[in-house]
Amino acid sequence: MEEKFLTVEDLKVHFPTPDGVVKATDGLSFGLERGKTLGIVGESGSGKSVSSSAILGLHRGTSAQVSGSIRMDGTDLLQLSNSEMARLRGKEIAMIFQDPLSAMHPYYTVGNQIVEAYRVHNNVSRKAARTRVVEMLELVGIPQPDRRIDDYPHQFSGGMRQRAMIAMALINDPGLVIADEPTTALDVTVQAQILDLLQNLQKEFNTAIIMITHDLGVVAEMADDVLVMYGGRAVEVGPVREVMTHPHMPYTWGLLTSVPDITADTSVPMVPIPGNPPSLLDPPPGCAFHPRCVFKDQVPDNLCSTELPELVQTTQGHLKRCHLADPESIYASVVAPLIDPATSEEN
Amino acid sequence: MWAYAVRRIAIGAVLLLALSLVTFVLFFAAPVDQAKFACGKICNNEQIATTAKALGYDKPVYEQWGNFVKGIAVGRDFDMTGAGQTEHCAAPCLGYSKLNAKTVNELIGEAAPISISLAVVAVVMWLVFGVLLGIASAVTKGSIIDRGIVGFTLVAYAFPSFFIGVFMLKFVAIKWGLVPYPAYWSIEEGGVGQWLGNLLLPAFTLALLFLASYVRMTRAFVLESLGEDYIRTAKAKGLPRRKVLFKHGLRAALTPLVTMTGLDFASLLGGAIITESVFAYPGLGLLTVQASNAWDLPTIIGVVVVAGAFVIVANIVVDIAYAFIDPRVRLA
Repeated sequence: MEEKFLTVEDLKVHFPTPDGVVKATDGLSFGLERGKTLGIVGESGSGKSVSSSAILGLHRGTSAQVSGSIRMDGTDLLQLSNSEMARLRGKEIAMIFQDPLSAMHPYYTVGNQIVEAYRVHNNVSRKAARTRVVEMLELVGIPQPDRRIDDYPHQFSGGMRQRAMIAMALINDPGLVIADEPTTALDVTVQAQILDLLQNLQKEFNTAIIMITHDLGVVAEMADDVLVMYGGRAVEVGPVREVMTHPHMPYTWGLLTSVPDITADTSVPMVPIPGNPPSLLDPPPGCAFHPRCVFKDQVPDNLCSTELPELVQTTQGHLKRCHLADPESIYASVVAPLIDPATSEEN
Repeated sequence: MWAYAVRRIAIGAVLLLALSLVTFVLFFAAPVDQAKFACGKICNNEQIATTAKALGYDKPVYEQWGNFVKGIAVGRDFDMTGAGQTEHCAAPCLGYSKLNAKTVNELIGEAAPISISLAVVAVVMWLVFGVLLGIASAVTKGSIIDRGIVGFTLVAYAFPSFFIGVFMLKFVAIKWGLVPYPAYWSIEEGGVGQWLGNLLLPAFTLALLFLASYVRMTRAFVLESLGEDYIRTAKAKGLPRRKVLFKHGLRAALTPLVTMTGLDFASLLGGAIITESVFAYPGLGLLTVQASNAWDLPTIIGVVVVAGAFVIVANIVVDIAYAFIDPRVRLA
């Protein structure tokens, strides 16, 4: 496997609890180039956020057991000491959080918090840092940044807070930005602006972005590659267009059919995925998705409930973890009409 | 903000008036003949009537209360020497204690510095130790250190202050002679060293009582704050652990402690009854005990109103302080 800017191999994040080991992430591998965006999609508890926290080393000092390797620019982040990791945090890897109101300290001004992020990695005067922060706020589209810099987070609107968070994340020009559901807490109209902003800044700084979301629309808009997670594992990986048009894994189908489409005929039902996400403490044997999978009967010998399918390549760069022999035809005949009836008529 | 402060002070003044009225009513509602008590066991009815007249207890309650309020507003005249000559007690006059042969203002003026000294030293002690132990306990959560700290403060809390006070006197001061036998020295008389040295034992006794709750509160607030999203942000910025804890974690955790400290401190200013009694410190607490035992109405009313004023002022100060501590708070 050729070495990419960010290469994660066999990442495991396990939390020992009195009831057993919670395998929040269990053998995750992916790669990401500079200037590209990887969308990680999955339900709550599928391991998206835990995995990205592991990249940032936020599990250090907790009971979590992290293994595998996370290499960025050739350095294995898991081998770094705590102080070496702290130097990378915010400088080489930055994070944008879901709810910018709670992610910012209520008692410090927005400027103070961004200045702090800049000065911890740059030996500059408070005044110089402030000038830099004003520039950065301007860049992310905050009006009158030289005045708004002294506002407190609660004086900002939701969209502005997220812009400020983006400014904070990008101020040290990090190679990698992890955006953990950056638009979930925002109005739809503001969502599009924030995504636009992220895309423009990505072009400008040539940043690699990991976009964690459960919104497939965001992925389609933003990502180059997509990684679908289920029960702590990758179940389908590939270029966004390929995965969106030729998905191979029933869980991905479920995600696609449960997206409401405003242009769709109202007679086409939205199909939710039945059941609940699996317990990570006591995951189902075999494929973790099989208890919820409506196609498991098409696989012989109860293979789905006994054997964990390997992540195998279907086409160039497109990986799937599923026992189904011919997913393409099932998708075309059963699933695609649910998503967009027009395509099935054409076919 | 000034309008807010003025309004709060006006409400506080009304509260104090109500407080004094309630105290008057309670005093005379007690199943005791106050005049007989003041006169003594061998008094006949005539002597009791004379005493009641002398103390002003013969007038209706509302009239006595009205005189009290008038004294605060414009001052009153008292026959202080008993020779038929009246002397003026200037506003705000809290009354005249015949039993002590002093105005209540004088009595409180003598006792208040002692209670205030005690409260100041105690509050510094319990804040310093309470917050430090609380932080230590929060960052070592679940460890032997954490359990030790919480256990120790609970044990200290479980002992009544009269026990701890007597224990301190008996062992620390008398048997081991680690500190001089405490007797109050004002700063003018003995300097800061003498003042502080003599306050250590009673203040420590008092502080130990509050220590447990401050340790537990600090611990809980710090733990809560460390679980907040903004702490994750601070870590993600690459801040060193120390800065995450002290700049981001503590800042939010200490805010609620300001409220607690302000109110606890104010209630102590009105006198620490048990501690002052044990150490024979003639502060407001001891004055309260003596006045209550003697049914000395003017002194009781005076102490109640002053202690009440401390609490009301502290409440206002805490609320205003909040506007400075927490940028989200706007006073209106």
